[in-house]
Amino acid sequence: MNYQNLTALDMGIAASLILINGALSVLLRLGLGRQLLWAAVRTVVQLLAIGYLLGWVFEFAYWYVVLPLMCAMTLIAGLSAAGRGRRTYRGQRVDSILSVWGSSWLVTAVGLFAVIRIHPWYEPQYAIPILGMILGNTLTGVSLGIERMTQELTSGRNTIEMILALGGSRWEAAQEAIRQAVRAGMIPTLNQMTVVGIVSLPGMMTGQVLAGESPVDAVRYQIVIMFLIAASSALGTVGAVLLTYRRLFSTSHRFLRDRLQER
Amino acid sequence: MSALIQTRALTRVDERRQVALLQPTDFTLHAGDRVSITGSSGSGKSVFLRALALLDTPTSGQILWNGQPIANAQIPHYRSHISYLSQRPALLEGTVEDNLRFPFSLKTLRKRHFDRASVITLLEHAGKAPDFLAKHALDLSGGESQVVSLIRTLQLDPEVLLLDEPTAALDPASSRDVEALIDAWFAADNARAYVWVSHDLDQARRMSDIHMQMSAGVLDGAAQP
Repeated sequence: MNYQNLTALDMGIAASLILINGALSVLLRLGLGRQLLWAAVRTVVQLLAIGYLLGWVFEFAYWYVVLPLMCAMTLIAGLSAAGRGRRTYRGQRVDSILSVWGSSWLVTAVGLFAVIRIHPWYEPQYAIPILGMILGNTLTGVSLGIERMTQELTSGRNTIEMILALGGSRWEAAQEAIRQAVRAGMIPTLNQMTVVGIVSLPGMMTGQVLAGESPVDAVRYQIVIMFLIAASSALGTVGAVLLTYRRLFSTSHRFLRDRLQER
Repeated sequence: MSALIQTRALTRVDERRQVALLQPTDFTLHAGDRVSITGSSGSGKSVFLRALALLDTPTSGQILWNGQPIANAQIPHYRSHISYLSQRPALLEGTVEDNLRFPFSLKTLRKRHFDRASVITLLEHAGKAPDFLAKHALDLSGGESQVVSLIRTLQLDPEVLLLDEPTAALDPASSRDVEALIDAWFAADNARAYVWVSHDLDQARRMSDIHMQMSAGVLDGAAQP
């Protein structure tokens, strides 16, 4: 394998490129100096930390090390999916965590056990990066889905009440908002799938090629991953939107608009 | 005279602010009643009307329909008979006719069909020609939108109308159209009744036989027969 290891000096040369951003910020008076520095430091620190953490986990490949790490990753993904959007409701965090958790673990399990067939079942070299990639995309779908749902329910409030007042069920009243929200959550993945390989070369595939894997083999992995991501973000989005629906529409066919609050 | 709708000690509290919106209210609406409720804004008129339409959940108390409590599964059915009309008409994209056909796409009303002839009669009461049906909903004035919204409800032959300031935002001519439509609907069957929430005292006197007042969540005259 012809693989060029990077030294601290190599990283330093690359990091110095941030000076370009810094110079631009000064020249154009963008006032971004402080933020640039902070972003640069975070990039270095977070990545070094995860590198050492993963190195340690791979060495101690026990299920009781891998599983808690996977749980923590999922929890953080669920929480950050809930943290966006202008409006919220009580229980939004729970809904977001539940839908991220359910969809990503189900789809990761299919990928690991049915497609890649790893042994043992917690093999961290596969389990952690694949779950990570699925989580990253699922959280985007979930957060866009919930955000769009709460937005549609706010702007479409009169229409929803009109449908209820005419004798519509809660499902009939919410249908349009649900449809829009699920679409909004699924579109980023669909966009990604249509341009992959033409406009963007995904990081995982690039990484495998850099590490000496043949492009054709790397592409096979990427194809599998794309479908796993698509399935998980679709499931996660639908799950999150339906949970939101259940929170905001009662079984007595009432729209509980008071539960929607500005952040 | 039979009681269509009855409330028993109906209350509503804003849970977030812990403010009583509606004090315990006993109210009975009989067939043939024309009730108006006036009061300043924020007095609880709309709160009461929305509770009658089962749009908001009461904090305590009971609503009876023909003497019976209303089960959750029955609520859409109830609302297609006891029709609530909001101050702000909500129309869907499409023509006036699309909007009038919309209710028949709902499960509760699927067995019924759009009746063009009776809709044209209703349009005539509001001074509109049949070609009004082809107009686009987005091109309508506020008054025309409210007329469409009202006809959308009236074509379903509701037993009771719950009118939440339907003319508050309208010009005098449109207000008269709305009043004419409601008069015609009421006169067609002596089992019908309505509750009209208004801030306009003249309109309340003109359009009702039983006049009530709402103030700080208390409905006056509610106990009278």
